[in-house]
Amino acid sequence: MGSPFGIGAPARLTGKAVKGTEQSLMSTLRPHFSSAGFKHGARLAVPAFPGFIMFALAFGAAAAQKGLSLGETLGLSAFVYAGASQMVGLEIWQKVWTPSTILTIITVTAVVNVRMILLGATLQPWLRDEPKLRSALNLFLLTEAGWIISTRYHSEGGRDVGILLGSAAILYVVWLGATLAGYFAGAFVPDPRRFGLDLVMPVFFSIMLVPLWKGVRPALPWLVAGLVSLVVHALVPGYLFIAAGALAGVVAGMLIE
Amino acid sequence: MTAFESFVAGPWGAAVAIAGMALVTYLCRIAGVVVMSRVRITPRIERGLRALPGSIIMATILPVVIDAGVPAMLAIAAAVFVMAVTRIDLASLAVGLGAISLLRALGV
Repeated sequence: MGSPFGIGAPARLTGKAVKGTEQSLMSTLRPHFSSAGFKHGARLAVPAFPGFIMFALAFGAAAAQKGLSLGETLGLSAFVYAGASQMVGLEIWQKVWTPSTILTIITVTAVVNVRMILLGATLQPWLRDEPKLRSALNLFLLTEAGWIISTRYHSEGGRDVGILLGSAAILYVVWLGATLAGYFAGAFVPDPRRFGLDLVMPVFFSIMLVPLWKGVRPALPWLVAGLVSLVVHALVPGYLFIAAGALAGVVAGMLIE
Repeated sequence: MTAFESFVAGPWGAAVAIAGMALVTYLCRIAGVVVMSRVRITPRIERGLRALPGSIIMATILPVVIDAGVPAMLAIAAAVFVMAVTRIDLASLAVGLGAISLLRALGV
């Protein structure tokens, strides 16, 4: 793990991105965009598919059960595109809206999604010289899973923004397709617990922790993040524990030399 | 009743709610980039951001995994072990999910 490109998958990854030309060093160090990277990013996103599919199936099924129209269900998945906030949104969904219930659902959505500010902050150096419009699209498609895949690639020395956009775009398509399937077939999906599918996201995230491991000291903030999220989870209802824990980890990272 | 009140009480209410949720979510998505492009990234800020990927993973999964109990912890340990040895993410995912279904089938 000492070299910037690591072992195993990283070698495969960087080899793909640079294609062995003499400018290979430059292209791994300077942010750029390639359509080969876009395609490779789409392939890198495959391990996140099971989690996305299960979550979107569950959302589609819950929305149908709650009595949302197909248009409303797909509208939430297509425009909000943030699973946890969509699920929480369903809990306070109304048949007849008032200005105050609309304000409530917007506020709750903001609280659940505030953690995305941190994700965006880490991407800024990578996107600095990108065209504004492409960054606007890239950020619209930003999700935790896609960001973790791209962060792994970035930490191994890759700088192709195509990886970011490619992995994000394919996950968006998977999300919409599985929402649709869940809306119509939700009742027929077998008990996901039996196959451990309720835990597919935690398992995927834990796996992605492995390539991020650079020793005990750099991981101390992770411990702080975990402990704070446990405490907040025990004391505050909802999803605030994610943002609180992540922020605590960042602060710990700033304080530990 | 104001015009806005009667508008959102009608068939467009759900569309307004979705548009509001979408807008506030997009603001969260772009805010980090917009703010950081105006802040000078000091070594301290860089250290903090470098700690973020692992921190957000821990903050997301730890409460969920502890609520899910011993089978989940054992399965995640197995998946992480396979990943550390092989670095093949799909195989590790399969091992983790396989372990959970097995442990649950055995009634652990």
